[in-house]
Amino acid sequence: MNALTLWFHKIGSPPMFYRIAGWLGPWCFGLGLLFGLIGLYGGLVLAPRDYQQGDAFRIIFIHVPCAWMGLFAYFFMAANAFVGLVWRIKLSEILAMASAPVGAAFTFITLVTGSLWGKPMWGTWWTWDARLTSELVLLFIYLGIIGLYHAIEDRRQAARAAGFLALVGVVNIPIVHFSVNWWNTLHQGSTVRLLGPSKIDAAMLWPLLLMALATHLWFFGSLLARTRVGLLELDGGKEWVRQIALVDAQALSDGARGHG
Amino acid sequence: MAEFFAMGGYGGYVWPAYAVFFIVLAIDALAPHAQRRRVLNDIRGRLQRRKPNTST
Repeated sequence: MNALTLWFHKIGSPPMFYRIAGWLGPWCFGLGLLFGLIGLYGGLVLAPRDYQQGDAFRIIFIHVPCAWMGLFAYFFMAANAFVGLVWRIKLSEILAMASAPVGAAFTFITLVTGSLWGKPMWGTWWTWDARLTSELVLLFIYLGIIGLYHAIEDRRQAARAAGFLALVGVVNIPIVHFSVNWWNTLHQGSTVRLLGPSKIDAAMLWPLLLMALATHLWFFGSLLARTRVGLLELDGGKEWVRQIALVDAQALSDGARGHG
Repeated sequence: MAEFFAMGGYGGYVWPAYAVFFIVLAIDALAPHAQRRRVLNDIRGRLQRRKPNTST
């Protein structure tokens, strides 16, 4: 094995990844919170009001980053599910399953904030158009994956079955993304573009991009915390997990004594 | 300040959206702690059962 593969194996071993995730996760949460608060200050206070939508447009600063995260989390989950299914790598299976609840949370926020934005702008909380419907289907796929994962007793079989479902659900991702181009819809097209100029003023763009960065960091913070739990669950019989369980019990009883 | 909270008349839509955002993400961050507690309790329970030197 060359040095890189060796390094990868070392990082990917459960106790090692558990330690690294324990160190990295809080940083992701902390920086995510910091950037998020700066982004929200920029979006809610500094950015000028929209000439058409007034202050209602300020929902964009949470709606759009969360919508991106719903798709990003799905992509991350599907990629790891694929690696887990093909190469039987435990860590990938756990990463895929840890990603599902976070993606579901972001998708749920997207739907609710979109509804709250749609009422004053379109005059309706909900309409069965392409973008909204495919986003709702995305949430149901997430819930199906989570449900399947918890319905099967054996953790690895559960991860494999749910991972397979995740791969099947990939067909919905381009539908969500391109729905505003493929069909006539109430939902507006993309405002921010990777290629070509964005259709948004710089004073509104920087808070939006900062919020996108913040939600990515939050995703990884939550992902790493959930992955740690997944590793403990999977390696429950191993010595390194027993050590953690016993140290945790000690900490609990110390805490109880301190309070008592 | 009151003007800020009014959000040009859209406060009733903007603030609930932000409330949902914060509440859901707070739950998202707290959930792994509860799961960790449960998993470690399970593991300790199994360890206890394996060495039944403490009488039942």
